[in-house]
Amino acid sequence: MRKINDLEMRGITKSFHGFYANKDINLKISSGEVLGLLGENGAGKTTLMNILYGLYRPDEGQIIINSDEVRIKTPKDSMRAGIGMIHQHFMLVQNHTVAENIALGLDDVPFFFPDRYIRERISGFSEKFDMKINPDKKIWELSAGEQQRVEILKALFLEADLLIMDEPTSVLTPQESGELFDIIRKMAHDGHSIILISHKLDEIMDICSRVAVIRKGVTVGGADIGDVDKKELARMMVGRDVDLKFDKVPLERGERVLEVKKLIVNGDRGNTAVNSLSFSVYRNEVFGIAGVSGNGQRELVEAITGLRRSSSGEIILENEALTNKSARIVNTRGITHVPEERMKFGIVPNLFIYENAILKKHHSKPFSRLMFLDYDLIKNHTENIVERYNISTPSINLPIKSLSGGNIQKLIIGREIESKPALLVASHPTYGLDIGATEYIRRQILARREEGGGVLLVSEDLDELFEICDRIAVIFKGEFMGILKAGDADIKDIGLMMTGSLKLPAQTEAAEENK
Amino acid sequence: MSKIMLKIDVSPREKEKPLISNLILAASLLAGLAAIGVVFLAKGVNPFFAIYKIFSGSFGSIYGFKETVTKSIPLILIAAGLTVAYRGKFWNIGAESQLLAGSAAATWIALTWGAALPGWTAIFLMFSGGFIAGALWGIIPAIMRVRFGINEVISTLMLNYIGAEFIKMLVIGPWKGKTQFGFPYTDDFPETAQLALLGNSRIHYVTLIIALLASVLVYALLFRTRFGYEVRVIGENQEAARYAGIDFYKTTIIIMIISGGLAGLAGVGEVAGLHHHLTYPDSISSGYGFTAIIVAWLSRLNPITAIISGLFFAGILVGGDAIQISLNLPAATVNIFNGVILVFLIMGEFFQKNRVAIKLQGAKWNR
Repeated sequence: MRKINDLEMRGITKSFHGFYANKDINLKISSGEVLGLLGENGAGKTTLMNILYGLYRPDEGQIIINSDEVRIKTPKDSMRAGIGMIHQHFMLVQNHTVAENIALGLDDVPFFFPDRYIRERISGFSEKFDMKINPDKKIWELSAGEQQRVEILKALFLEADLLIMDEPTSVLTPQESGELFDIIRKMAHDGHSIILISHKLDEIMDICSRVAVIRKGVTVGGADIGDVDKKELARMMVGRDVDLKFDKVPLERGERVLEVKKLIVNGDRGNTAVNSLSFSVYRNEVFGIAGVSGNGQRELVEAITGLRRSSSGEIILENEALTNKSARIVNTRGITHVPEERMKFGIVPNLFIYENAILKKHHSKPFSRLMFLDYDLIKNHTENIVERYNISTPSINLPIKSLSGGNIQKLIIGREIESKPALLVASHPTYGLDIGATEYIRRQILARREEGGGVLLVSEDLDELFEICDRIAVIFKGEFMGILKAGDADIKDIGLMMTGSLKLPAQTEAAEENK
Repeated sequence: MSKIMLKIDVSPREKEKPLISNLILAASLLAGLAAIGVVFLAKGVNPFFAIYKIFSGSFGSIYGFKETVTKSIPLILIAAGLTVAYRGKFWNIGAESQLLAGSAAATWIALTWGAALPGWTAIFLMFSGGFIAGALWGIIPAIMRVRFGINEVISTLMLNYIGAEFIKMLVIGPWKGKTQFGFPYTDDFPETAQLALLGNSRIHYVTLIIALLASVLVYALLFRTRFGYEVRVIGENQEAARYAGIDFYKTTIIIMIISGGLAGLAGVGEVAGLHHHLTYPDSISSGYGFTAIIVAWLSRLNPITAIISGLFFAGILVGGDAIQISLNLPAATVNIFNGVILVFLIMGEFFQKNRVAIKLQGAKWNR
C-alpha cells in the first residue's frame, strides 16, 4: 500500500533570528508527479525541504499527508511517513560496499543471510527502474552517478514514496544526468512522487510536470510545465529579466600569453593527474576547460599557478619559463587566480575585508614598504574595489566572513583583475552563486577579455562555458579529448567527450596557429 | 493539547560584538572562580575568604604588589612571544624550556666573561645570548614541524623535559659552583652581570622595560607589518596562505625565533635579576612557561592586554603563596587555580563563537 498519495505543506513559516527563510509557503504534490522547486541560492528551497525532512521545525504551518496532519520532528518521523531525501553531498561510508551501506540504514534486515535479502531487493529495484549497480563494489570505486543511485536505493529500501532530491545533477556528467532522469521518470510512472530542487532551468523544463518558484522565502509562482517557458521561469526566479546569453564582442585573438608544453602533473596520491597536456591561451581569448571534476583540472590549475610541482613539461608565460616557480613569482609575473572553493582557498574568513583585498599582493609595493604595511593605502584600495565591483557591505572594517558568497566572490574577482594580469585563471568562478552574482562575474571575465587579457576558465557549468569561452577544451583523465571552437561545440559531443567516449583527432599546434 | 518544551538552540554568531565578548570573558572568569571555590570548600576553607586572601596578598599591599610586578615580568615577556606563535596557530607549549635555554646561555656568558666586561656590556651580551639560545631551542620543533610534519604540541612539550633534565645535569655536573658548598648551583654571577633592582623590591626593571617594549613591538609586528599579516593569514587559513604564496617554512621559523627568543629573555631576567646563578629548573621558573599560555589566552592573543592579564596571573601566583602560608593550603592550589581558569576561558570561547538560546517551544507549532 502506498503511504503517500497526496502531500501538502500549508502555510509554512520559518525564521532565523528574525529573518524569514520561509514565509507562508504552500506546496502540493501528488503521487506520480515530479515537482520542480526552483529558486536562487538562499531563496529558501533547502530550508523548506529540511522542514519536510524533519531537520528543522517550522514556526508555523502544517504538513498534511493524505488529508491527515502529521508532525515531523526528526528525519526518522519523515522516513516513517514515507519521505526520503537525497542530499547534494552523499552520506555514504567510502570503504564499505554498496550492500553494506544500504544495510546500515535498515532496521529489519533478517538475522540470517542478510546479504541475500539485500541483494535480491537491489536487483528487484534495479530491474524495475533500470538502475545498474553492483552491490559488491566499494563506494569509492563508484562514479558520482553510481553513488547517487546507492542513495536512491537507500531511500527505496526505506519504502520512501516521496523523494526529495537536492540539486541531483550538480555532480553528474550530462550522460549520467540523462540516466538519472530516466530513473526519475520510471519512478514517477510507478507512482512515486519526486521533488527536485534545482536552479537549472533546462532540467526543470525537461523532467518536471509542475514547478514551484520560491524567491526570498515566498512562493512567487507555480505552474504546469506546459504553460511556462524558460524565460518566464527565470524572470520569476530572480524577479527581473535575465540575460541568458551574453553579447560577446567578436574579437580576434591577440598574442599568445600562455604556452603549456607536454605538461605532466601528479595528483595527491601519486597518480598521473595531468597527462602530457599541450595548449596555448591567447590575449583577447577565454579558453575554457570543460570536464567532470576530478579529471585533472585542479592539478592543472595548481601547476600553472605555482601551487603544485609538475613532474615534466613546460609552462611559459609570454616567453618566460614559469615551470615550477613559486606561487608568489607566478603571481608577480602576471598570472592571477580565482581559486575553486573560495572560502577555503581564496579568503581568510576572520580577517577584515581590507586585509583580504590585498592577499597575494600584500608583500609588494605599494602596499608593503620596507617591513610595514600601509594600511591607509590598503583601505583606500579596498574602498575602490568595493565600489567598482558592486560589493555590498556596510563597511570594509568587517571580517570578510560576514559577506554573502556572491560578494566574497566579487571581491576575489576584483582583487585578481585589478592588477590587469596577462592571464587570469578562474576555477569554477560562479559555482554556488545566485543568478545575479553569476551574471556579474561572467561579465567581469568578458571585460577582461576585451581589455586584452587572456583567461583560462575551468568550469563544470556547460552553459557558462558556452556563453563566455572562445575555445573549449574537454578534459578527461588528464587528457584533452578535443578542443572545440565556441561555434562548433554542440552539447551532444561535449557530453560524450566529458565521459571519455569520444576523442577528436589532436590538432597540431601549427594547424591551430593557421586558423 | 499543548506541551511546552524547553529547547536549547545553538547557532554561530554572525558578528562578535566587543561588549558581549567582554561580558562572556568576565562571566567565564567568574564561573572559574566559583568552580575554584568548590575546591576551597572541599578543603574546609571559606572560598570568599580564600579568594579575598589571594588578591589582597598580591594587590592589597605594597610589598605584595612589588612581588606581583616581579613575577609578571617573565609572564608578560613569554606571553608576548606566545601570542605571535598562537596567532600563526603554532602551538608552542615549550616556553618553559625556551626560558631555561635563555638562562643557561646567560649563565655561561656571565661566568665566562662577566667579570672581565664593563657592566652594561655583560648585561647586553647576556640578553643577546639568552634570546639566541631560546630562539635556537624554539627552532627545533619549528623545523620538525615544517620539514617532517611532526606535531609541535608534542615536540615542544617533550623538549621541556629534555631541557629541564639538561639544566639539572649542568648544575649538579660540570657547572656546579666551587663556592656553593655542594648545593646544585653554579657560582654566583659577578656583580657586573647582575641586574639592578628597583628600590627595596625585587623588580629587575631592565627586564620589565624590555617586557613592556616587547609587548608593544609584538603588537606592531602583528598588526602593522607584512610579517604579522602573513602570520595571521597562516593562522586563520593555511590553504589561503599557500594560495597567497606565503613561505610557510620561513614564516614558521621566524615565529619560533621570536617566541623562543622572548622566552629566553625572560630566562635571562630570572637568573640575572633574582637568582644570580643557575640552579634547578623548578627554582628558576615557577611554571612561567605554562602560566604564560593562560596569560596569552586570557588577553585573546593581544600582547598589549597581555600586560594586564600577566599582572593578574602574577597576582594569583603571589596570592597563592600567601594562602599557602596563611590558610595552610597545599602548594598545588595555585596550579589548580590556573588550570581551572584556563578550562573556563576555553569554554568561554564556545559562547564567544556561538549564540546559545533557550527557547520555550510548542505554543504555536503544536497548537
